[in-house]
Amino acid sequence: MAEPILEAGALTMRFGGLTAVDAVSFTAMRGDITAIIGPNGAGKTTMFNCITGFYRPTGGALRLFRDGTPVDLHRLPGHRIARAGVARTFQNIRLFPGMTALENLLVAQHVTLMAATGFGIGALLGAPGYRRAEKAAIAKARHWLEATGLVDRADDPAAALPYGQQRRLEIARAMCTDPLLLCLDEPAAGLNPRESEELSALLRSIRDGGCSLLLIEHDMGVVMRISDRVVVLDHGRKIADGTPAEVRADARVIAAYLGEGDEE
Amino acid sequence: MSSATAAASAAQRPSAGAAALKDAVLTALIALGLFAPIVGLRTDVSPTGGLMLRQRWGDVAILVGLAFAGRLALLAWRAMRDGPKPASAGRAAALRKAGAFVTPVMLVLAVALPFVPGTGRYELDLGILVLTYVMLGWGLNIVVGLAGLLDLGYVAFYAVGAYAYALLATTFGLSFWICLPLAGILAAFWGVLLGFPVLRLRGDYLAIVTLAFGEIIRIVLTNWVSLTNGPNGITSIPRPTFFGLTFSAGGGPGSFADFFGIEPSPTHRVVFLYYLILALALLTNWVSIRLRRQPLGRAWEALREDEIACRALGINVTTTKLTAFALGAMFAGFAGSFFATRQGFISPESFTFIESAIILAIVVLGGMGSQIGIAIAALVMIGGFEVFRDLDEYRMLVFGGAMVLIMVARPRGLVGSRTPTVALGERKTIGAEHVAEGRG
Amino acid sequence: MAYALQQLINGISLGMIYGLIAVGYTMVYGIIGMINFAHGDVFMIGAFVALISLVMLVSGGIMDGPAAILIVLLVSMCVTALYGWTVERIAYRPLRGSFRLAPLISAIGMSIVLQNYMQVAQGARVKPINPVLPGGVTVLEADAFVVQFSYMQMLIIAVTLAVLAIFTWLVTRTPLGRAMRACEQDRKMASLLGIDTDRTISLTFVIGAALAAVAGTMYLLRYGVIDFYIGFLAGVKAFTAAVLGGIGSLPGAVLGGLLIGLIETFWSAYFSVQYKDVAAFSILAITLIFMPTGLLGRAEVEKV
Repeated sequence: MAEPILEAGALTMRFGGLTAVDAVSFTAMRGDITAIIGPNGAGKTTMFNCITGFYRPTGGALRLFRDGTPVDLHRLPGHRIARAGVARTFQNIRLFPGMTALENLLVAQHVTLMAATGFGIGALLGAPGYRRAEKAAIAKARHWLEATGLVDRADDPAAALPYGQQRRLEIARAMCTDPLLLCLDEPAAGLNPRESEELSALLRSIRDGGCSLLLIEHDMGVVMRISDRVVVLDHGRKIADGTPAEVRADARVIAAYLGEGDEE
Repeated sequence: MSSATAAASAAQRPSAGAAALKDAVLTALIALGLFAPIVGLRTDVSPTGGLMLRQRWGDVAILVGLAFAGRLALLAWRAMRDGPKPASAGRAAALRKAGAFVTPVMLVLAVALPFVPGTGRYELDLGILVLTYVMLGWGLNIVVGLAGLLDLGYVAFYAVGAYAYALLATTFGLSFWICLPLAGILAAFWGVLLGFPVLRLRGDYLAIVTLAFGEIIRIVLTNWVSLTNGPNGITSIPRPTFFGLTFSAGGGPGSFADFFGIEPSPTHRVVFLYYLILALALLTNWVSIRLRRQPLGRAWEALREDEIACRALGINVTTTKLTAFALGAMFAGFAGSFFATRQGFISPESFTFIESAIILAIVVLGGMGSQIGIAIAALVMIGGFEVFRDLDEYRMLVFGGAMVLIMVARPRGLVGSRTPTVALGERKTIGAEHVAEGRG
Repeated sequence: MAYALQQLINGISLGMIYGLIAVGYTMVYGIIGMINFAHGDVFMIGAFVALISLVMLVSGGIMDGPAAILIVLLVSMCVTALYGWTVERIAYRPLRGSFRLAPLISAIGMSIVLQNYMQVAQGARVKPINPVLPGGVTVLEADAFVVQFSYMQMLIIAVTLAVLAIFTWLVTRTPLGRAMRACEQDRKMASLLGIDTDRTISLTFVIGAALAAVAGTMYLLRYGVIDFYIGFLAGVKAFTAAVLGGIGSLPGAVLGGLLIGLIETFWSAYFSVQYKDVAAFSILAITLIFMPTGLLGRAEVEKV
């Protein structure tokens, strides 16, 4: 049936004596929304940083399947991972605050645009190829601004947007890199119920557009509503892996996590 | 001091006055502590060879009095300022409108300067000097203002350009027009060479390494006598030619005056040099403005705003920083070879840290990232420095003091806002409070 | 061997001076995150105040020898501390919470002001003094080479160690030190907890200037000649030392100072005097390439 998009094999990350992620293996399927959940300190963000290239894993393998061919993410330098097709957002929003929303989205298309400019020189001299590329880039940016409901704020600096809009802009910016896999670090944190409902709809529409999603989330409502598959971590180990319904019924998960407090 | 205090009734005035007086007396006492030992007691070498003290209590008294009066005046000014404020929004809009005229007016003035009546040799020389700093400021702005990399050794690339031209021209007899690009490329090459290992350092670590690099270059230039002639410098550097036509004072065949059939005049060369540096500066400006609206320049600004986010978007942080560094270095190299050809003589003394500091100050005072702000800052700093020529030994004192004052009055520089590079609708200026200034 | 031992002694006494200045850089950097570019010139002021008071004491025939040195040291510390306080008050405090480069430019401006102020007030010529504490102990005599440990070098090492001990006690054991460390961690939180952050920062400058004054006095006594320009190079070296040791780290500043002093001395002794600064700067660059936060600096972990 479905083919995998990302495969983690015995992924391990150690900081000195501390093992934050301990031989975790899981597979995310193409076209799925895969959620990683777990109590605080379970190693979710660490694993995330390994996948998106901010940490180099101590051991194990990470494979991204790009048109069926595997790409070894754990061997790539940081910026190459994004080019391989993995985009991410940050738990503490990291926009370019002094640049407008539109500019933020154009920076995201840097790699494509640079290639079209003849690495800067063509664009400097006003080559026509660059104009076309820029027009296309602005069109794509406009598409994502519309999809995230930010088209009215396109010319405002990112820092001036309210929190919820900044979250959406960050997702739009990640999508402008044309990712195969979009990784979201707590996208619903700090959103009110209506906003997180809108977020769920946005994420579903991104999935339906053909992009696979991987998300860390604390908001169980969002996780249960939109995930196709849930991976549960505790103390750096995987303790469960399955559909939301399966995970919800899993005794170990309840013991480790859900049972300890509904508000988590 | 709140506006409520300032608007207080006349009955409360005496107490406010008394407080100000007390404050001023305290200031005077501190001034006494500062000036008494250093101004009051002057050490001089006595005829016997040892040191002796000369007392100058009158000067101390004047300085203390000045501190007292200055403090009182400052307090009074603050109390007045805290009163009703003029509508600042309206003033800002008016300023912006005026700003739109400043650029073309300044450009026209710069182009027309040699033909303005009353412009003599001195004015043109000053114009050349100011334009050199404008160009250096614009070049450094690529590194500091756009990419947000703190470079305290910019003068090193200026030196590389100057020495590259001087050595190539005196050893191989190459003409200015061949040496100019070579000097730029060499400086850019040094920029890459230095930048490659150090650009992953952040903030102040980068600052000290670039400063150290500037010093290293200067020390090497001073001590490598066989190549650079050491502290004595390189003399009789060839002057530039106008498409092969020389500017010799006596005219003669093959000279500029002879070719155009005009009276030979030493002013021709100065006018030519003036337009040369104007063209070079405008080239720097054109390249930075254009690049800023393109992916590379946008990536520089993004780097200044958030390096980690850049990495997550697939931007190669190291090469992007390197391009900014190399490009900035290249323009410094151009300016350096211009400097060498104008002076006809260079020595390591022209490339000290204070030059780097002045160029950096121009960029920061101008408002990082603003082209016109930097041009105005260069005009004010360098032109102002010339205006105060009669102050002699007090000149640098005033210069340093002005740097402190301007920074305290306008921490974000003259033009701190940022204009977006692209817009769907109307381009709105982005206030300085949103714009980051980089940590690298 | 004997030659190397002599260089070791010379290097350590020079390194101690750099270390004292470096502590001032690192303290200010730790607490408000700015490079106090004028600090080298504060050191120069310290040397000049020491010079003036020394000339007054000695040529006035009031005092001589070790007692004079003590008085000179104290006077220099007090006056220089006042300068440190004033510099902060005029050029840095108005820019608190402002953008990072504004205080840096202001500091460079202040450095120009202090240098030229001294040039105007005391003249541009170099100021020589007679040795105050001549003589020394012969440590070793080998291969016709005499290893001298001069009284002056002993004094420098002893005074530096004593000052650093007092300073360490101040930072680690007193309420002021606690306040300073709190401001370093989180200034806003510290002020919410009732710490007068402005006062703490002022005191940091005062202490830094006083340490620079000790360094200035030692420099004057050891080398016997100063001018208004000594602050620049000493400042750059000390700043290099602070960065080498890991800026923000107090033991790092002293360690960095010692290393820079030793590198400089040994390079001059065995290779060439002209390139001693190149050696110091190159070692800094190489160290930073492999240890981007210096020898004892805290690794800056960016949370993502």
